[in-house]
Amino acid sequence: MSPQPYSSLKGFGVTFKQIFKKPITQQYPEVRRPVYPRFRGRHRLWTHANGLEKCVGCSLCAAACPADCIRVVPAENTPDNRVSAGERYARIYEINMSRCIFCGYCELACPFDAITLGNEFELSEYNRDDQIYTKDMLLAPPVKRVPVADPVLFDTPIPFYKTSS
Amino acid sequence: MTEPWWISLVKAAIVVNVVLVLFAYLTLVERKVMGRMQLRYGPNRAGPYGLLQPIADLVKLVRKEAFSPSSAIELPYILAPIVSAFTAIAAFAVIPWGPGWTVHGWRINGEVANVSIGLLLVFALGSIGIYGFIVGGWASESKFSILGSMRTCAQLVSYEVSLALSVLGVVMLGRSLNLAEIVHRQGEFLPFVVPQFVGMLIFFVAGIAETSRAPFDLPEAEQELVAGYHTEYSGMRWGLFQMAEYINLITLSALMVTLFFSGWHGPWGLGPLWFLLKLAGTLFVFIWLRTTLPRLRYDQLMRFGWKVLLPAATINALVTALLVVWL
Repeated sequence: MSPQPYSSLKGFGVTFKQIFKKPITQQYPEVRRPVYPRFRGRHRLWTHANGLEKCVGCSLCAAACPADCIRVVPAENTPDNRVSAGERYARIYEINMSRCIFCGYCELACPFDAITLGNEFELSEYNRDDQIYTKDMLLAPPVKRVPVADPVLFDTPIPFYKTSS
Repeated sequence: MTEPWWISLVKAAIVVNVVLVLFAYLTLVERKVMGRMQLRYGPNRAGPYGLLQPIADLVKLVRKEAFSPSSAIELPYILAPIVSAFTAIAAFAVIPWGPGWTVHGWRINGEVANVSIGLLLVFALGSIGIYGFIVGGWASESKFSILGSMRTCAQLVSYEVSLALSVLGVVMLGRSLNLAEIVHRQGEFLPFVVPQFVGMLIFFVAGIAETSRAPFDLPEAEQELVAGYHTEYSGMRWGLFQMAEYINLITLSALMVTLFFSGWHGPWGLGPLWFLLKLAGTLFVFIWLRTTLPRLRYDQLMRFGWKVLLPAATINALVTALLVVWL
């Protein structure tokens, strides 16, 4: 291609004009952009309305997990210690968040919708051990509330907070 | 005209510090201006408007481990960045900042060292500075470093020819190699951009290549390659190379202001302030260029240097010589 001096000079005009425009950067810690409604973030375990856990300890999520980050140790429900709605329950349910790739396969594999991926994404820790999420942490409602975008107007500047995550 | 040695010493201390502060804030201004041109903010976290960013960077670099490869050749490895940074700062000694003043009967020159061959000295120091890049790449005993330093040297040596030839016209018009003298001539006559516009353009383009800035930043080409000659450097040694590069840029801009834009001359007798203003303008153009133009390919760089810039510089020098003789 032959040199195009005029076009090159036009480029200088463009870059100079940009100086006076408002930057489009979103200043992250101050301005939190709402996540999309189907955003895959930190996991949550769910309970039934009567307080019993939905998870029956079948380990299908662990089997589906490509990163092998879920560890499930099931135990039998007994009449005096009834934890889940099924025959068995997850005695240990751990997710190693430093390995999780947030693919959502666990959510797909789960026959009881016991595990879902929430909206929380600020999961940094100073310690690797803190990245292992235990069942209690996953059952508890999330500490940080993440704004979720309106499903119709995705880029709405007004965030609203989903109750389900 | 002579001044006692201690005045030179004080001036040297002042100039070195001014240049270092200029360097520190040039990095900030560059990142800010580039950010704005790309619709970003640039650094704005350290201090108000990111004003403490250079200090934060310095603290980070000093605290970093000064890693050196086990096979590196110790002495040259450590000396290379020092030589580069030293020559970069030393070149500023001959740049005139003002007309010179008389305070309490003491004569103070506008530059640190009034050298009769100032221009030559700047080029000589620049050439020694290249040794830092060559030796640094060679002494780190890494193929990436040595390839990078070869690339850097080839570029710097090619463009230095054009750079030196492009100022010949100015030297002929100014009838001196002394930078203060050249500035005086421009004050009496015209800024040399007017008669030497082509020379200025050649000097500018060769200067971009000489300081290895975009679009001629092949020595680093940070998006494409491992750093280049300073691949194996980290911490403040790397910082010194970076400093050398930025101070070379400031020196080159100062030289351009001195040679073509009549240095500290200007209306209302502002003296050094004019110099700084012109310097800022030139540096802005360098930054502007970096945001606008894409990087050249290596063969394009070489072809341009030898087949376009060098003949143009030669013809410019010849035509100027003929005109100076006949007119």
